Amino acid sequence: MLALDAATVRFGERTALDAVDLEVADHEIVCVLGPSGSGKSTLLRVVAGLQRLDGGRVLLDGADQAAVPVHRRGLGLMFQDHQLFPHRDAGANVAFGLRMHGVSRAERDRRADELLDLVGLPGAGRRAVAALSGGEQQRVALARALAPRPKLLMLDEPLGQLDRSLRERLVVELRTLFGRLGTTVLAVTHDQGEAFALADRVVVMRDGRIAQTGTPLEVWQRPASAFVARFLGFDNVVGATVTGTAADTVWGKVAVPDGSPGGRCELLVRPAGVRIGGPEDGLRCTVGARTFRGHHVAVTLRPDEGPDLEAECALRDAPDEGATVGVTFDVAETVVLPPAGPR
Amino acid sequence: MVLARREVATPPAGRGRGRKTGHGSVRGNAVRFGLMAVPVAFFGLFFAYPVVAIVGRGLRTDGVWQFGRIGQVLSRPDILDVLRFTTWQALASTALTLLIALPGAYVFARFDFPGKQLLRAVVTVPFVLPTVVVGTAFLAVLGRGGFLDELWGVRLDTSVWAILLAHVFFNYAVVVRTVGGLWSQLDPRQEEAARVLGAGRLAAWRRVTLPALAPAVAAAALMVFLFTFTSFGVVQILGGPAYSTLEVEIYRQTAQLLDLPTAAVLTLVQFAAVGGILAVHARTVRRRETALRLVDPAQTARPPRGAGQRALLGGVLLTVLLLIVVPLGVLVERSLDTSGGYGFGFYRALQSADASGSTFLVPPLEAIGNSLQYAAVATLIALVVGGLAAAALTRRAGPLVRGFDALLMLPLGVSAVTVGFGFLITLDEPPLDLRTSWILVPLAQALVGVPFVVRTMLPVLRAVDGRLREAAAVLGASPLRAWREVDLPLVRRALLVAAGFAFAVSLGEFGATVFIARPDNPTLPVAVARLLGRSGELNYGQAMALSTILMLVCAVSLLLLERIRTDRSGEF
Repeated sequence: MLALDAATVRFGERTALDAVDLEVADHEIVCVLGPSGSGKSTLLRVVAGLQRLDGGRVLLDGADQAAVPVHRRGLGLMFQDHQLFPHRDAGANVAFGLRMHGVSRAERDRRADELLDLVGLPGAGRRAVAALSGGEQQRVALARALAPRPKLLMLDEPLGQLDRSLRERLVVELRTLFGRLGTTVLAVTHDQGEAFALADRVVVMRDGRIAQTGTPLEVWQRPASAFVARFLGFDNVVGATVTGTAADTVWGKVAVPDGSPGGRCELLVRPAGVRIGGPEDGLRCTVGARTFRGHHVAVTLRPDEGPDLEAECALRDAPDEGATVGVTFDVAETVVLPPAGPR
Repeated sequence: MVLARREVATPPAGRGRGRKTGHGSVRGNAVRFGLMAVPVAFFGLFFAYPVVAIVGRGLRTDGVWQFGRIGQVLSRPDILDVLRFTTWQALASTALTLLIALPGAYVFARFDFPGKQLLRAVVTVPFVLPTVVVGTAFLAVLGRGGFLDELWGVRLDTSVWAILLAHVFFNYAVVVRTVGGLWSQLDPRQEEAARVLGAGRLAAWRRVTLPALAPAVAAAALMVFLFTFTSFGVVQILGGPAYSTLEVEIYRQTAQLLDLPTAAVLTLVQFAAVGGILAVHARTVRRRETALRLVDPAQTARPPRGAGQRALLGGVLLTVLLLIVVPLGVLVERSLDTSGGYGFGFYRALQSADASGSTFLVPPLEAIGNSLQYAAVATLIALVVGGLAAAALTRRAGPLVRGFDALLMLPLGVSAVTVGFGFLITLDEPPLDLRTSWILVPLAQALVGVPFVVRTMLPVLRAVDGRLREAAAVLGASPLRAWREVDLPLVRRALLVAAGFAFAVSLGEFGATVFIARPDNPTLPVAVARLLGRSGELNYGQAMALSTILMLVCAVSLLLLERIRTDRSGEF
């Protein structure tokens, strides 16, 4: 369906996209995940034809799109801030793309109503765009992008501006909807929760390059680098040297899974794998802040040496702030990452 | 699982929204210069060329520039008097206007009261009124046999007060619109935040509101100064022989004394002064564009509460009544006040040429038709030229384009008399022999219309989010189609407002038209001035009647505008 071949975009000195290769198969939902400035929005603009490439190619169904202007690419794009046309009502916004494609008025009206139904806004066709809430605008924008039946639907931070509960509900709705319609989707977001809930495949970007590609589970379980691990929210990363099944770190010796490559590396211990025991067991730490997270408590631990550790534990097991504890590491929650190379 | 977002990498700095596409900047420049071509050609041919030619005629003998004449003219005591008076009255008018209009700006911005819309239209009427009508109206109140003369025997038409009051009348709306427009959009919560932090009511206003308003006040003051510095019609009618501004003096030197060198020097002086004012204005406007928290004006206005606020509202209403409604009312009254009691005698007299002796070759009433036709053509020209210029200026760009921006404002300040006379001496030979053509008048009138069109269109065009166009493109709209579907509907209102302003100022243009309108085709302001120049009750009454008609035409077009205008569209 979509293929990027060494796509490169430069803004002056800065390279926003650095020889990116990416493929999206039919009916696949791919989510590009990365911090702001990582080039993910530029990626969408390149595919849409809103941004010209400085190198490489964009192929849709195998055809090079270099000479195809934006309005002939037959794609859908939902903008981060919706960009609904303020001078048209909701129905006319949804029908806009159909009108551009010369669909008859009766057919347009029928389809606009149908799509507004689909996104959960039945009968909203006559409503002014300014009178819609943020969530409703989002839905209208989605209906507008879907209306011309694009071969590829692109979403730029689709749920970015909504509050948390609405976001969590909409993610599920979107995934169900896309599955039912068989839509091919390329979405970008900085929110890992959104990406993991929505995507068949996640692409993590950093500084215009792809840092990792995989299913949500793969990325979550085996981050490809310290960057990806930190981006996913894992801060327990230290430099280490692996010999056999143990690694030397500033936190002392830590057991690593069998078959881990030897030599210098970065070591990640997920917070769930940081076990808190009596002061005499393992690494001595002072308990810092405790943050209540609902079903668990996040505890910051200050070892005598090395960076702070974050641990997850049940509320009743959580040590008091200021207490001295000992820490051991669970090998199942330990991941060996490649060494931090020069950037 | 904790899925809370955590940003680890720091984003690279300098990632702005205004990213330009690589090819877009090159093609964008080409498009921009293409758009600028028509306005540049128009201003070059119909503004720069006549002005330069007439200055050249005054300052060149046998192909040699005589710059020594500048010094000679500028050391003449009578000229120095004119310069001094011009500057003094402009400063005094500006100060007086701010003093009287700032409370009005506050009331319009922060108070909600019945009839506000209508009142806003009423205070704006003077601004689009022809200067000749303003002069006539004040003459009817303050002049010999005028309203005050009859009541108390007070006459002000030979004093400078008449000029100053007429200038306040004329420019009240500039301050109320420019300052009040911004004031109504300032978020009151900013002031509330200061109050919570411990600032008193006055301190909060002084530290929060005033700094936000200051650039708007400065911009309004500069516009008022510009308009009053170059005042012509008002001073011509109310000033008498005693008071003369630069513009009036240029007219006198050109048309009556035929002293072109002096007129040329004065034109240059006015040009330099206006250029200076515009440069300062451009700076303040740019500063005004700094980020302010703006909110919907509808949210900031409250009904007045307490005795103090009601007294303020009452005071402003009284000011508007005395300053604006009374002169216009007296004008209408005089036009109906024939020797045989109230009636339409003067209006009927307008239908025949010989009623006013040898003043006209045609019935004065024909001037209405002429004026409307000229103004319509002038509006069309101003819309095309100004619209293209505004489109070229939409994308922010370097100093070249900013210079172009300032250049477009120049016709507001450069002597209209010079332009008019310049038309006569430059556009009289092939290939551009327009001296006998009717198009000359609309061309001159369009020159003053263009700045209004640009100022009205530009903020709206700039406010159109480029990504709306992108959204349309992704949905299958070609670039032209996207422009038609997105830009055009969004700027349609502004376009109508711009057309209305251009129409009103074209209708009232006097300085240039008085030179180039043919005797058998006078415009309304020219006919009024001609009638006022004759003695006799019938001529005076007819002048009042014609002015009333002109006022009604302007007021009606303005009231139509008021229905469609959004307060955000532009500065005027």
